[in-house]
Amino acid sequence: MNKKVVPFIVIALGIGLFAILAASRGFAVTLGAFFTIGIFSFLYKDNPYYKFSEALFVGISAGYWFVSLFWQQMYSKLFSQVAEAYQHTFVNGGGWDDRWMMLVGGVLGVMMLMRLFPKIGWISRWPLAVIVGATAGLYFINYFVSNGINQIGATIAPLQQYGKDGSLDWWASISQFLLVVGTLSGLVYFYFSKEHKGAFGGVAKIGIWTLMLTFGASFGYTVMSRMSLLIGRMDYLVSTWLGLVK
Amino acid sequence: MKRRIPLAITAVVGIVYIFQYFVPHEPVSRFSDWFSDWFGIITAFAIWLGALNLMKLSLLKVSQRKKDWGYALVTIIGFATVMIVGLFFSRGASFQEPGTNFMYLYDNVYNPLSSTMFAILAFFVASASYRAFRARNKEATMLLLAAFFVMLGRVPVGDLITREWLSLPHWLWLSNWADWVMNIPNTAGQRAIMIGIALGIMSTSLRIILGIERTFISGE
Repeated sequence: MNKKVVPFIVIALGIGLFAILAASRGFAVTLGAFFTIGIFSFLYKDNPYYKFSEALFVGISAGYWFVSLFWQQMYSKLFSQVAEAYQHTFVNGGGWDDRWMMLVGGVLGVMMLMRLFPKIGWISRWPLAVIVGATAGLYFINYFVSNGINQIGATIAPLQQYGKDGSLDWWASISQFLLVVGTLSGLVYFYFSKEHKGAFGGVAKIGIWTLMLTFGASFGYTVMSRMSLLIGRMDYLVSTWLGLVK
Repeated sequence: MKRRIPLAITAVVGIVYIFQYFVPHEPVSRFSDWFSDWFGIITAFAIWLGALNLMKLSLLKVSQRKKDWGYALVTIIGFATVMIVGLFFSRGASFQEPGTNFMYLYDNVYNPLSSTMFAILAFFVASASYRAFRARNKEATMLLLAAFFVMLGRVPVGDLITREWLSLPHWLWLSNWADWVMNIPNTAGQRAIMIGIALGIMSTSLRIILGIERTFISGE
């Protein structure tokens, strides 16, 4: 058989199989299964079926964000706000409206698109400066409060923990002690301006142990979440699509 | 124009954001509200920029018949389909309501593709964990033990072993150990990391606002 004919036969067989399954199990669910198997096919090796699914995923993801941001940000914060400001100022004769200021955001947004044209790409630095400045200011406060003050406040708690009957809860007290020691020693480990030697090095060593327990727990948790996703996709193929498990 | 104005914009916006936390009143709050809305609009345009750049590169690949140009064409078709359906055939701003054409594409194409993309990571994570969870020294053993308690304690078989088969007392059940590992040592380590991150981000933010860090305006 001519080797050039083989891909066409494979594609024709695939379309036929898809049509049969779509007719029996439903078009939408078979479409989902088609792309699920496409991505899973990478586990065998890189192949045209996977590349097709991957390329489509890239395009569809870009389209998804393009549409979502248009309606959620540009339409609701720019176009509809400016239209309402126009109504207020010119139709109702209400004078200045703060919503006109959204036009500045729109102009800065268009300036951002100038990056597509290399000769005038520098114009995009202005809107970029707004994003960088806002992120820096926002993160400065947010991280200071949530990651700094709140975490320190939660750590500085009484070491003696009492049960519901008012007696000393030994286990909870030991746990609280370990929590404080673990946090402080972890911070000591991250202090690199002093050599980790002597008593300081000993505390830093406890910090490493705490961090290893943290990384182990986080890694274990990540493994579990990925497995859960895998089970979800398998369930989709076996139960939702093929109906083998009910 | 090219350097000083961006630096001035960064400083003003950053200072207003910090200031509005301590003085949440007019006129500071009004400025910070404007900046927040502008931030949202510019971010949307920035994501558009990324999508349009992807289309520009894909179109170039197709027009010049570069290697694997067929897949670039698939990317363009996927993007154009979602864009046209989402902008014109999905009830406008209610495009995410159940039953719209956009949600049909989301549920039956985007969702299976993205979930499976993350699901296949399970195989690579399993392979990585096989290498990481080996008790070669004291630290690696601690990593292994923490992962062991969390993974086995969070599935029914963990409690089945300790509660039903071994009939151990309540405090020795694996699910309780998993909770303890997550709540005490894991929280302690996470707090140390979070406080460290906070200090790092605060110092970097200050450097940016004061104009010391200016790599975002072409690598100075």
